[in-house]
Amino acid sequence: MPLSIYLNVAIGGILTGLVYGLMALGLSVIFGVVRVVNFAHGEMMTVAMYIVIVLFSAFHLDPLVMLVPVAAAMFCFGYVLQKGVINPFITRPEHSQFLLLVGIGLVISNVLLIVFGPDAQNVQVGYAFDSYQIGPVIIDATKLYAAIGAIVVASALYVFFQYTRLGTAIRACADNYTGALVVGLDVKHLYALTFGLGLACVGAAGTMLLLIFDVTPSVGPAYTLLAFVIVITGGLGSMPGALIGGVLIGLTEAMAGLLFNPSAKSMFSFAILVLVLLFRPQGIMGKRTA
Amino acid sequence: MIAHLFDGLPRRTLLLLALLLLIGLTAPLYAGDYLLTVLVVILYFAYVGQAWNIMMGFAGQLSLGHALYVGLGAYTAAALYVHFGIGPWIGLFAAVPIAALAGAVIGFLAFRFRVGGVYFAILTIAFAEFARVGFDHFGWIGASAGLFLPVKQFTHNNLWLLRGNPTLFYYVLLVATVAAFVGCRMLLQSRVGYFWRAIREDEEAARALGINTFRYKMLAVVISAAMTSFAGVVFAFYYNNLFPEQVFNIGQSIEIILAPIVGGVGTLFGPILGAFVLTGLAETLTRILEVVGVDLPGAKQVFYGICLLLVIMALPDGIWPWLSERFKLTGRPK
Repeated sequence: MPLSIYLNVAIGGILTGLVYGLMALGLSVIFGVVRVVNFAHGEMMTVAMYIVIVLFSAFHLDPLVMLVPVAAAMFCFGYVLQKGVINPFITRPEHSQFLLLVGIGLVISNVLLIVFGPDAQNVQVGYAFDSYQIGPVIIDATKLYAAIGAIVVASALYVFFQYTRLGTAIRACADNYTGALVVGLDVKHLYALTFGLGLACVGAAGTMLLLIFDVTPSVGPAYTLLAFVIVITGGLGSMPGALIGGVLIGLTEAMAGLLFNPSAKSMFSFAILVLVLLFRPQGIMGKRTA
Repeated sequence: MIAHLFDGLPRRTLLLLALLLLIGLTAPLYAGDYLLTVLVVILYFAYVGQAWNIMMGFAGQLSLGHALYVGLGAYTAAALYVHFGIGPWIGLFAAVPIAALAGAVIGFLAFRFRVGGVYFAILTIAFAEFARVGFDHFGWIGASAGLFLPVKQFTHNNLWLLRGNPTLFYYVLLVATVAAFVGCRMLLQSRVGYFWRAIREDEEAARALGINTFRYKMLAVVISAAMTSFAGVVFAFYYNNLFPEQVFNIGQSIEIILAPIVGGVGTLFGPILGAFVLTGLAETLTRILEVVGVDLPGAKQVFYGICLLLVIMALPDGIWPWLSERFKLTGRPK
């Protein structure tokens, strides 16, 4: 095979990986602050993807335009969910939280199944088959736009957490729960905001992923697992780590699909996960804590 | 040891146990075919739930990848039967050690490298998923096309080869469930059981008291994996077909842990009660939807999920602790 094929596949993998990274960033933000592992992360992303499907068939809006409203809708969903359902569970043991989110995931994926049926759906945009050529490298327009969107959203989130009062307050909750209560922060509200932001990330990621992949109601758990792999590889709770993990996993899966068997590609990401857990459990970008 | 088995249990609990055992032993005499197959499923989940409970409920190690041990047990016994004609009871001598070894490897890596909590749970998922994709490409056991056990019309039940009607499997699983129940009770009353609970409550403190936490956590994983693999063997011979996509699926792992969590993690009755409640709920929902005439795929799962959420919200410790509190079925205070 000519070298350019490898290069094209690698770049495609990296670009898709950035979108995966944004999805995983949502999981990472939620765990980093609320300390709840969102085991229904992938299912929640499919909700966003179906919102896009509905809006697209109704208004024929470009998914890139829908990014903001879908993220906003998912933010509200996350806020309500955290405040109403998940918040009582934050002090409960992990297996209890796990069951709660598995239950939520089960309800979500089956409601989607009832409403939309089991068939794969996607959006057909005008530039679906466009590509840019730089020397020997061909880049799909959809993947490029999706990756740029992912970087923009992730950067915006980073700026929010680093430079706004609200973002600082949320980080304070994450660093020291009791301290945050003592200085008078409304932790319950901030937790709900964080869960909302996490789902806004996954909403944005889902919107852009729909440019690249189809969606079915049953695809959720696979994305949940993918998000785990990425987040742990990059470092749970680290924002740059999620994107770097996403790129690494996206690249690995793309290359494994090319060099070996596409259906065996997830074996390689699980192998990476196991190695990271054993030798660098804090992840590539994570800080070691006690 | 046997003499102490009933220590501290009030008479009403003993009576309840005796009654349950009597019903269990005689059920095939009056239960119809349909009910019997439901009972087989219930016993299966009660048994694997009990096995999982050893790891999570006793030793506090959250495994979300128990489908791995079911799958290893199922595939080993089935492959030996299909390729070499070796029966399941002999096959156990290969299936159980293989699953126990897998548990030991995962436990060794996790506990040596201090992978704990959520990370441990995700590590167990990773190994199960790894096995799923690996077996999907493993030609000798049929890969993704599946492994099928030869099915013939049986005129009589053959316990030695586990070929027969649901009644046979019902009794095999009943014996397994009762044995697991008694075995777990003995474990809990032993030194090891106290060490496990010390580790579960506070691992640092347990280590400070001189408990070799690594050794006892390993023991929990290995026992749990070995017990689970037996259920896998029965699974293979009951359903007669195995697909990696199905056996090693994370959904399978989740189903295994639902019963003990809903019933009550760390309790002996929890897994059994949970299996009855959940399987009963699923079957009831199927019936209700049939009667109402709702024929939507997914409708049952939606209601099932909602019930699951309601139970976990209302009874955070599970059904059994609440029941035993209400009806004073546990003698000593916990």
